[in-house]
Amino acid sequence: MLLGGNAAMADWAVNMTQGVTEISRQVYDLHMIIFILCVVIGIVVFGAMMVSMILHRKSRGAVPATFHENTKLEYLWTVIPIVILVVMALPATSTLQDMYDAGESDIDIEVRGIQWKWQYTYLNDDPAKEVRFVSSLSTPRDEIENRATKNEFYLVEVDEPMVIPINKRVRFLITSEDVIHAWWVPAFAVKKDAIPGFIHESWTIVDEPGIYRGQCAELCGKDHGFMPIEVHAVSEEDYEIWLAEKQEAARVVYETIGKEWTFEELMATGETVYQQSCAACHQLNGEGIPPVFPSLKGQGLAVGPIAAHTDIILNGKAGTAMQAFGTQLNPAQLAAVITYERNAWGNNLGDHIQPSRINEILSGGAQ
Amino acid sequence: MITEHPHDSHGPDKGLMRWVVTTNHKDIGTLYLWFSFLMFLTGGVMALIIRSELFQPGLQLVQPESFNQMTTMHGLIMVFGAVMPAFVGLANWLIPMMVGAPDMAMPRMNNFSFWILPFAFGLLLSSLFMEGGAPNFGWTFYAPLSTDFGPPSTTFFIFGVHMMGISSIMGSINIIVTILNLRAPGMTLMKMPLFVWTWLITAYLLIAVMPVLAGVVTMMLMDIHFNTAFFSAGGGGDPVLFQHIFWFFGHPEVYIMILPAFGVVSAIIPTFARKRLFGYESMVYATSSIAFLSFIVWAHHMFTVGIPIAGELYFMYATMLIAVPTGVKVFNWVATMWQGSMTFETPMLFAIAFVVLFTIGGLSGLMLSIVPADFQYHDTYFVVAHFHYVLVPGSVFSVMAAVYYWLPKWTGNMYDEALGKTHFWLSFIGINITFFPQHFSGLAGMPRRIPDYALQFADFNMISSCGAFLFGFSQLLFLFIIIKTIRGGEKATEQVWEGAHGLEWTLPSPAPYHTFATPPSDLNDAHG
Amino acid sequence: MTDSAYEPYYVPHSSKLPIFASIGIFLTVFGIGHILNDLSAGVDSAFGMVTLILGGLVMGLTLFFWFSKVIEENYKQLYSNQMNRSYVWGMSWFIFSEVMFFAAFFGALFYVRVFVVDWIGGVGDRGPSGMLWPNYEPHWPLLNTPDPERFPGASGVIPAMGLPLVNTLLLVTSSFTVSFAHHAIKEGNRKRIIQWLTVTVTLGLIFLFVQGYEYVHAYNDLGLTLGSGIYGTTFFMLTGFHGAHVTLGTFMLLIMLFRALKGHFTDDNCFGFEAAAWYWHFVDVVWIALFIFVYVLGG
Ligand code: HEA
Ligand code: HEA
Ligand code: HEC
Ligand code: CUA
Ligand SMILES: [Cu+2]
Repeated sequence: MLLGGNAAMADWAVNMTQGVTEISRQVYDLHMIIFILCVVIGIVVFGAMMVSMILHRKSRGAVPATFHENTKLEYLWTVIPIVILVVMALPATSTLQDMYDAGESDIDIEVRGIQWKWQYTYLNDDPAKEVRFVSSLSTPRDEIENRATKNEFYLVEVDEPMVIPINKRVRFLITSEDVIHAWWVPAFAVKKDAIPGFIHESWTIVDEPGIYRGQCAELCGKDHGFMPIEVHAVSEEDYEIWLAEKQEAARVVYETIGKEWTFEELMATGETVYQQSCAACHQLNGEGIPPVFPSLKGQGLAVGPIAAHTDIILNGKAGTAMQAFGTQLNPAQLAAVITYERNAWGNNLGDHIQPSRINEILSGGAQ
Repeated sequence: MITEHPHDSHGPDKGLMRWVVTTNHKDIGTLYLWFSFLMFLTGGVMALIIRSELFQPGLQLVQPESFNQMTTMHGLIMVFGAVMPAFVGLANWLIPMMVGAPDMAMPRMNNFSFWILPFAFGLLLSSLFMEGGAPNFGWTFYAPLSTDFGPPSTTFFIFGVHMMGISSIMGSINIIVTILNLRAPGMTLMKMPLFVWTWLITAYLLIAVMPVLAGVVTMMLMDIHFNTAFFSAGGGGDPVLFQHIFWFFGHPEVYIMILPAFGVVSAIIPTFARKRLFGYESMVYATSSIAFLSFIVWAHHMFTVGIPIAGELYFMYATMLIAVPTGVKVFNWVATMWQGSMTFETPMLFAIAFVVLFTIGGLSGLMLSIVPADFQYHDTYFVVAHFHYVLVPGSVFSVMAAVYYWLPKWTGNMYDEALGKTHFWLSFIGINITFFPQHFSGLAGMPRRIPDYALQFADFNMISSCGAFLFGFSQLLFLFIIIKTIRGGEKATEQVWEGAHGLEWTLPSPAPYHTFATPPSDLNDAHG
Repeated sequence: MTDSAYEPYYVPHSSKLPIFASIGIFLTVFGIGHILNDLSAGVDSAFGMVTLILGGLVMGLTLFFWFSKVIEENYKQLYSNQMNRSYVWGMSWFIFSEVMFFAAFFGALFYVRVFVVDWIGGVGDRGPSGMLWPNYEPHWPLLNTPDPERFPGASGVIPAMGLPLVNTLLLVTSSFTVSFAHHAIKEGNRKRIIQWLTVTVTLGLIFLFVQGYEYVHAYNDLGLTLGSGIYGTTFFMLTGFHGAHVTLGTFMLLIMLFRALKGHFTDDNCFGFEAAAWYWHFVDVVWIALFIFVYVLGG
């Protein structure tokens, strides 16, 4: 029993996952075929070496033979490997063709890598029904810095997972905002680079409900190791419920935009937003990591005119790590974080900006 | 016609200046080898920092930004500072002796090629202390992480690469010319030792791809400072263009680091098997095929960037083909051992370990070349395991084998066999403990270039880190053995090894400062 | 090849030149690096310039003494035929490496032109990238870039059949004139050597002048700059590196002219000249490729 348990554990930990899609199982089988062929080749080659090292050693009185050429043999060990390669190439080709055969999709999700989080947009012909959210690491800093015990899903958990229905063809449109990332969920055998300025497609049909985890798989800067992916595959009904809730939540946020926020409300929300979205670069104390990530404390745009300050946060700065947050955060969060920066860490400018104003700017009011 | 004797039989200059001004191939070879060893330790210390951070989950030793700098500098220093100069050092020492030439073809330029390197690496290492830190975008420096998002030191990194490029190009021109023009009369190409052959081909790879690397870093420089659009979609360029050009250099580069190793092993195995190398000619053809194929497979590093299917299939098939000529080499080595009369001195141990462990690395390389499977392997520790198997017990072991094999010829003294064997076994065990578990963590899904990882990978990482320290500290023993041998020891004979063939073994040990000022006449078994 | 009879091979004694050359290179790039970083960071400092000038000086002097030394050794007849063959091989493979340097840039041009410009617009096999750039139309030469804010496009490109054609003729002619000079050396006709070399150098200088004029026109009148998107980028990088090589080649030929004036070169001892001439032919061939791929097919 103990042994069986161990074997199951081992199987999970030392080999490629079989995954939960038709494709991922094909890839797993392919992996096993080439792996076993390689092991066999290894056994033959190393076996021959072992035999020779044991039998043909000088200490056993071996006398060296004089042969040093054999054209037939040379042909043989050119042809046999070619045959083995063909045996490997055939299933590889057909699996690849299946992977590239996209077909009509049921759901389209834009996956956008942004230094060090993922933004998912559920595309919809009706823009009002489009659902968009940012998914970032939720492991507390304390666990990372060894001040708290690490939980089971250390570094592979997010605040807002992607949710998809099972048995539906989901198409991913993968792109990036800044540098190259790669969206990888091993259980789907999907790994595709997110390249700024380009969109690449990938797709999956998941056949078991569950929580599937992955990670960014292309070095993308400082927090490349802290950019996990979590996908919840749920039944179709649950998916519809989730989607409706999301759409409703978006509508509620829209309503709060209209209302007048107090300074304290903005500061409180602002602090949370800052910690979630900004502190990775500008640090909790606002001092940044100069020269790459500038300090916001007592200098620069954060203590200058509010228009320029707002502009850089909404639109980012092209060609630097400073992203356009206008599409990532909602107007209330944006107003809050701007207000926060202008008044935290002794910046104390005392002014603030309302969500409604942000909304105007975003919908073109400012231009 | 020739009025003055062209070769005043000058000895080495006195004092330390000897090493700065020397034009002697043996001195320059020594410089290269020591430089390479120093870089090996430097890059090794960085690897040990990486491994210490990864010993346990959580951030302990270094912050993520320094971790990325360590990974980047480790890769760059090992590739350009440790392995390549080590082989150039061997080339300098051995090629003139093996082909019966008085020296390298262009001795002054030879010195120039070497002395650029300390400056280039000084520049690169100094970036660790610059504002914003050292390059942190991986040794592959993909745009736009390295262009729009790189630290200011990127500019100096680029110039450092230019300098290494100039050094390599001059070095390889020198090697090509020496081989093509300075062979002793009667030494036809097909009489050259395989080490010379592999270096000739390597040198061609170098002059073909180092300029391409120079080109791609120049494009980066322009993108950074002059707003050109090579790697920005917004201006009509493409970040993937960077990868195509980089890997057009990068893939031949990995064979630059292994072909001379093939040459070394092809010299050592016949000696200790006391039997001629099996299939000399097919070895030459196999090496050439590998070199040729290496130019047309580069995109196998980019299977996940979204290449159209026809491209993926082409690059997969072409890459797989490399297994055939490489297999020929492996089989030939095995056939050389077969029915020999083997003894297992340290060089032979390293050579045999090379064949076994390189083959393991090669087989995992073949697995990586299978596109659908590579979607799962790519950018995980499976890749890290693959390339360390071909590079550390591959290239690095072959350099160690070469040092043990030729050290008696260079110094005139035998090394301490018991210590040598200890060094071998510690290294062999250490390296496998370090890199074998990485196959598993990779398959289980651990991405590379991360400073911290999910809990499921903890065990393998801990084992791997222990192995790294074992392997790393064993290299101090290597250093000790070398210094001990230089300072004294049992005197070596001319032939040193019972089964050794080739011109260098006809010279006294240690080899005199100038050899073959007049070419040798007996070339009968130049390649053993 | 080496089957010929044994000739002693000259192995020079130790030399300080290489270490100075290394220091020179180091100072030069260190200086340029500082200048570039200061420029990009908006800092004003003389350090970079001073280092660069120092480096340039060291490098220039070292090269001067190095080549003088080689010429001197050559005149002392220290060099055997075998030695001269080494120089021939060395120069040929150096030119080959230069070819590969240009190949990187030509490769970039092909890739962008054949694939990327379409791909960004979502045309072809690489995914619906056009979604990201709704206002973009794939077209070559690429004048309206996907992101005109960062890469303001040009209003036009330089047509092949104007000045570039003139330049082509100039360079092709100069390839001939340099060969005439070579023939003159073989015939031992010093006056001719000097004449033809002067003509060649002059053609090179005119070429450079025309090229410079064209650049000014592109920058001022067409808005075609390094930063005007990938057309400007590839255009200036290819023609610019070529121009740099023409400058170097002209300089080499100028030196050969001075040497000819001093009475160097005989029919069997003129490798310095031949090396410069090969380099010149190489520069010419690159130009023809440029003319075809950048101007004729690109415009
Ligand atoms: C010395 C260096 C070296 C060598 C020799 C090789 C050899 C090979 N490599 Fe490796 N490789 C690297 C260094 C090297 N590699 C490095 C540094 C990287 C990572 C770069 C980075 O991203 O940082 C890399 C990455 C890499 C990748 C990209 C992985 C990824 O990022 O997803 C691939 C994919 O195809 C690959 C394939 C191969 C193949 C097919 C060979 C073949 O040449 C191997 C051939 C050998 C054999 C197959 C074994 C012997 C043969 C037989 C016994 C005959 C019988 C065998 C059969 C019929 C199968 N390598
Ligand atoms: C030839 C090349 C080469 C060599 C020899 C090595 C050697 C080693 N490498 Fe490395 N490695 C690369 C090439 C190489 N590597 C490359 C190209 C990368 C990719 C980089 C990238 O992703 O961009 C990489 C990446 C890489 C990683 C992945 C990092 C990551 O993805 O984040 C790891 C992790 O374990 C690693 C480990 C090691 C170890 C433990 C060694 C050991 O063999 C090292 C042995 C240790 C020593 C030799 C140290 C000895 C020194 C002492 C004992 C101290 C003495 C002190 C004084 C004298 C003061 N390497
Ligand atoms: C991925 C890293 C990153 C994140 C996350 C980030 N920033 Fe920035 N930020 C930068 C960089 C880099 C710059 C400097 C841009 C430049 O070169 O001008 C910058 C600049 C700024 C500036 C202008 C500073 C000045 O004086 O020039 C402000 C204000 C700012 N960020 C606010 C924010 C806010 C608010 C958030 C979160 C909602 C945030 N940043 C998140 C990287 C980041
Ligand atoms: Cu995003 Cu790595
Ligand atoms: Cu490769």
